[in-house]
Amino acid sequence: MERIYIFKRFERFWHWTQALLIITMMITGFEIHGTYTNLGFETAVEVHTIAAWALITLWVFAIFWHFTTGEWKQYIPTTEKVEAMMRYYLTGIFTHAEHPFRQTTLHKHNPLQRLAYLFVKLMINPLIWASGFLYLFYTSWESWGLGWMNLEWIATAHVIGAFMMLIFFIAHIYLATTGHKPMSHIKAMITGWEEID
Amino acid sequence: MFTKDQLIAPVLGIAIAMALLVATPAGATAPPAVAEPVAEKSKSTADHSKFEELDINFKSGPEVTQACLKCHTEAAKQIHKTKHWSWEYTNPVTGQKLGKKNVINNFCTSVTSNNSFCSACHIGYGWADDSFDFTSEANVDCIVCHDTTGNYKKLPGLSGHPNYETMEWPPHSGKFRPPTDLKKIAQNVGPTSRKTCGTCHFRGGGGDAVKHGDLDSSLENPGRYLDVHMDSEGLNFSCSRCHVTDEHEVSGSRYAVTAADEKGVLIPGSQDTRNPTTCVACHGNTPHPDKMAKLNDHTRKLACQTCHIPAYARSTLQTKMSWDWSTAGKLDEQGHRIQLKNSAGKVVYDSKKGNFTYDRYVVPEYQWFNGEVKFTLFGDKVSDDEVVKINDFQGDADDPDARIWPVRVFRGKQMYDKGLQTLAVMHTAGEDDAAFWGNYDWDKAMEWGMRAAGSEYSGELGFVSTEMSWPITHMVSPKEDALGCESCHTDGGRLAGIEGIYLPARDRMPLIDTIGFGLALLALIGVLIHGGIRVILAKREG
Repeated sequence: MERIYIFKRFERFWHWTQALLIITMMITGFEIHGTYTNLGFETAVEVHTIAAWALITLWVFAIFWHFTTGEWKQYIPTTEKVEAMMRYYLTGIFTHAEHPFRQTTLHKHNPLQRLAYLFVKLMINPLIWASGFLYLFYTSWESWGLGWMNLEWIATAHVIGAFMMLIFFIAHIYLATTGHKPMSHIKAMITGWEEID
Repeated sequence: MFTKDQLIAPVLGIAIAMALLVATPAGATAPPAVAEPVAEKSKSTADHSKFEELDINFKSGPEVTQACLKCHTEAAKQIHKTKHWSWEYTNPVTGQKLGKKNVINNFCTSVTSNNSFCSACHIGYGWADDSFDFTSEANVDCIVCHDTTGNYKKLPGLSGHPNYETMEWPPHSGKFRPPTDLKKIAQNVGPTSRKTCGTCHFRGGGGDAVKHGDLDSSLENPGRYLDVHMDSEGLNFSCSRCHVTDEHEVSGSRYAVTAADEKGVLIPGSQDTRNPTTCVACHGNTPHPDKMAKLNDHTRKLACQTCHIPAYARSTLQTKMSWDWSTAGKLDEQGHRIQLKNSAGKVVYDSKKGNFTYDRYVVPEYQWFNGEVKFTLFGDKVSDDEVVKINDFQGDADDPDARIWPVRVFRGKQMYDKGLQTLAVMHTAGEDDAAFWGNYDWDKAMEWGMRAAGSEYSGELGFVSTEMSWPITHMVSPKEDALGCESCHTDGGRLAGIEGIYLPARDRMPLIDTIGFGLALLALIGVLIHGGIRVILAKREG
């Protein structure tokens, strides 16, 4: 067995802080949506709003980091081995077939991960951020020339984004257990070191 | 692009994200200091008890007025121009002729043909019928508003006069009121007060707490919990503190309500002729501190009263909630009037008036209101197929002048002329043989009343269900008792019936929720099955 250093310190900090903030926002967000009562509407709104601004700030640093380190290239999509990956998750994983993708520092995400994360970054996040920002400042719409917009659409777009995030979250957590050993990926995300075959 | 308020949250968020600062809401300001209680002692430069003009054993109210007018030469002329005097008001927008003289309500119903009783609350002496001289200065009643003794009482049936002779009051009670000591009262006149305004305004509809719901005698000496401004130990506002009065014209009227004022604080000295009797006139449109900036956003849609008056009739006094005239007129076997009382001692049935219900700590109803009110007046077509709105508050979500207001809706069933299809004017009170309260004869009372209103009774009496709306604006709670977000931002909350807005936590698109949670559940089931197979296989391999 071999260990390689995959996730650098900032990346790990970013990932876990982001995880905490997103979980917080899902819990408070669905309360604001009226799905259940937990903290109370007022507290839920306060926490949700503060977490949102915290995440935006984190993102500013993360984007800066991605570009200065060239790590953004990790998300360039590829169709190569996508089919093999899908076949692996559907059957190979049960029969101990060889993992079709070999992690390296330069290619730390498998082709399916690349596509999934790119979708998160280019679709889900912008949808949530844009709708969330408008939601937060809906009283300013008129002064921004956006008076024709409708809070119901914006709230609905925000909720659609939230559902997409929730589904991603479920799949993401599960797939984190599909490494060399069930805890391999999770340990790697904590320590930076990934165990590979 | 951003206001200071809007930037508080981002600044706070950044601070936390960077874990560099302990977040302190930057703009949190201390609440304004509470003013010193107003001293009881008169601050006037004139001591009326020293005036020779008032050292007279007055025989009647008008005599007192004539004495007042010797110095206050213009006072009666000023009163003559007011609604308090004319009981008339023409709405400039709708053109409707309103005022107590014209409106039919669903309490005692109408003034017409019942003046000698109703004018116990008229700011004058002698309005018994149409022959009343509205140009007479001596007929203006100065005392009812300026008495400080509390011993001046205009009694129903005396056409606006107090009793000048010893009189049994209430009738048949065995209790007697001594003659009104007009000299003492005249020598002790002073500014209007909650008590003087309350003489009529706390007792509309025939008794204490009956009519308004947010005005009753508990406001003569309220605690802070009951009204934060009128709190007798605190700010101790008199009515005129908000109902700013100029030349005896009192501002702030139910007939022409200022439902929203986007111009904000009305600075003293301003030439602006806006209504000064609004919350906004003093507090502006962004009254909440920075740390509660989100609440300031709400003033675009909500009247202040909606959150700050969580319930009305918040004292031990019960306010009337409904009045059913259709059961009136039942007499006992001896042919005597029946009165039934509830456990609180309030009359729930009276042969004169029918059935009543009462309540206190009443949660208002809520509706869009732009300040315009359309009344159903005498002669307007009504039928018993539908609930007749005595006064219909206008406005909807798309109306920039409309806000969501707390409203007291008084429900009733009252007389209408089925043949003429109009709300009825009925002769209820009087010393004649037609007044319903003495004779219990519907047809006679209707005939007399309808004729007084300038019409001929068709002979067909009906009862129609009615609703009368009252904006709730008094009994402002201290801020700690204001409604929290959850009162409305929830399913089935206070604003459950408000249309035209998207209210988070109340509103959602059910289809989106079904699809969203459905897919999330499928994903969860999928990974559980996938994971389950892996676990089983791993165990089997040992």
